[in-house]
Amino acid sequence: MGRGSVMGRTYAGLPRWLYVSAAFGALLVILPLFALTLRLDWSRFFELITSESSVAALQLSLQTSVASTVVCVLLGVPLAMVLARDRFAGQALLRSVVLLPLVLPPVVGGIALLYTFGRRGLLGPAMDVLGVQIAFSTIAVVLAQTFVALPFLVVSLEGTLRTVGHRYELVAATLGARPGTVVWRVTLPLVMPGLASAAVLSFARALGEFGATITFAGSLQGVTRTLPLEIYLQRVTDPDAAIALSLVLVVVAVVVTVVTARIAERGAR
Amino acid sequence: MSLTFEARLAQRQFDVELSMGPGERVAVLGPNGAGKSTLLGLLAGTLRADAGSAALDDRLLFDLGAGRRRWLAPHARGVALLAQDALLFPHLTVLDNVAFGPRVAGATKQQAAATAERWLREVGVSDLAARRPGQLSGGQAQRVAIARALATGPRLLLLDEPMAALDVSVAPLLRRVLRRLLVDQATIIVTHDLLDAVLLADRVVVLEQGRVAEAGPTDEVLRHPRTRFTARLAGLNLVRGSFADGAVHDASGLVVQGTRADPGAPSEGEPAAAVFAPSGVSIFTDPQQGSPRNNLSVTIAEIEPLGDLVRVRGDDHHGHLLAADVTPLSVAELDLYPGREVTYSIKAAGVTIYPL
Repeated sequence: MGRGSVMGRTYAGLPRWLYVSAAFGALLVILPLFALTLRLDWSRFFELITSESSVAALQLSLQTSVASTVVCVLLGVPLAMVLARDRFAGQALLRSVVLLPLVLPPVVGGIALLYTFGRRGLLGPAMDVLGVQIAFSTIAVVLAQTFVALPFLVVSLEGTLRTVGHRYELVAATLGARPGTVVWRVTLPLVMPGLASAAVLSFARALGEFGATITFAGSLQGVTRTLPLEIYLQRVTDPDAAIALSLVLVVVAVVVTVVTARIAERGAR
Repeated sequence: MSLTFEARLAQRQFDVELSMGPGERVAVLGPNGAGKSTLLGLLAGTLRADAGSAALDDRLLFDLGAGRRRWLAPHARGVALLAQDALLFPHLTVLDNVAFGPRVAGATKQQAAATAERWLREVGVSDLAARRPGQLSGGQAQRVAIARALATGPRLLLLDEPMAALDVSVAPLLRRVLRRLLVDQATIIVTHDLLDAVLLADRVVVLEQGRVAEAGPTDEVLRHPRTRFTARLAGLNLVRGSFADGAVHDASGLVVQGTRADPGAPSEGEPAAAVFAPSGVSIFTDPQQGSPRNNLSVTIAEIEPLGDLVRVRGDDHHGHLLAADVTPLSVAELDLYPGREVTYSIKAAGVTIYPL
């Protein structure tokens, strides 16, 4: 540690007080996770996470998160390409608006979604005519998750697209490739590592989504009650179950982080 | 293939007209920012002109201006671009890189692979077909890039300083490959290197500040440069002015005696250029008298080694930086240093005068 560090071969040149601050920062993240595992009733762990309501929540969470990740990729990849490659009036504004859910409280997003797709929402009458009812359904869960996860994919992929640059695409065009061919055969393969880690990030964000979901989709077991909602409810009735399920989410988060780091590492090579 | 091209792009102060005959190879020279890359971009379709039109044979590349909005996308032009960096697709093997063009043009996988193999053989890197671009040296990658560009059978090939990023030991070999492959291939090559122009092009076009400053057959332009840029490139001193009494008189009163070039000697009062080689200049530290020599007093601006010789650049107080090549021994004997006043002496017989 510090000036005499033998682990790193290069001189870090950092003052000691900086390491103290850094240690507190790390503890702020590590300590609560540690406390969580301390309070866990290991003997009932398996029983707790396999209860009917837990399994339903876990299943719903995985299904909706996968679905919203797919939607994020389908909508976010084109959006990132348009933002990264073309130049048009209002582009900066569009970028800011698309990224808004990153900084917006999710519950505000949920209310906004309600007033768009809800019964009395902007598109409510149109959906009434079509006989579709989205609010408080599983589709609403997917929509809410997509709403909050999309910016993660767009911002991360746009960065990758800019790093890779436009030049390979121009070369492909002068070799006779149509714009569509360029996207499939050049752009997408080149950004694939970045796209994969962006998709994993959106998946993780969707999995953890709470505020927008409970506002827009409600909390109906097996239909809209995802794992975070289940944990929140169990916290009152059965704290042990809440802790066990929390740990499941922690494990998923750790896996996601490791996988993303691996992909980024491979992409960098 | 024949090309007609005229385009204007205000943002880059570009206004150029150019035409090429079938199979002709044109070298585009010019200082940085002269518009060389703009020219290539407009031809390849990566840039759009404000106004102008261009056609490759019967294929209209663009026709833009008041009321005219025709513009062909890059992929439909038959114009291949080879840049300084090879820009091989990193996710494809060497073979698949070269097969890319034929493949997107509709060839089957086998046909495209056969074409790619043939071109890899042409550029001498057949053995690298299975490698990834990351495993190639700069010279190898550029050979593959040449194969990839030619495998599309381009009507027009654009080369943007293809040797600039390469090691000096690799460039000559690649230049030989290009010299062999570009016979009858309509090519525009942008370069800073005189060798490229001499070996790879039939004709040179010199751009300066977005305009064509000079154009003509390569050897003619290099022998009788009209711009300082070209003169410097050709390693010659150039004084422009008007012809009178067997000499070129420039606007500031500088007079350079010389011999009129045959054919096409200038007549009295006509704009003319006087050109002389740095090797024909003798340096004296005391004032010189007498014809038929030109004696120009200059202030030495810079002294730099040039192989076995030393190149001395002197400011003639008329806006020219004139070069003289002398031996290191003379530099020592005459005690030459920047800032010293000396006399450049040039035999009139060593100065060629021709009309502009």
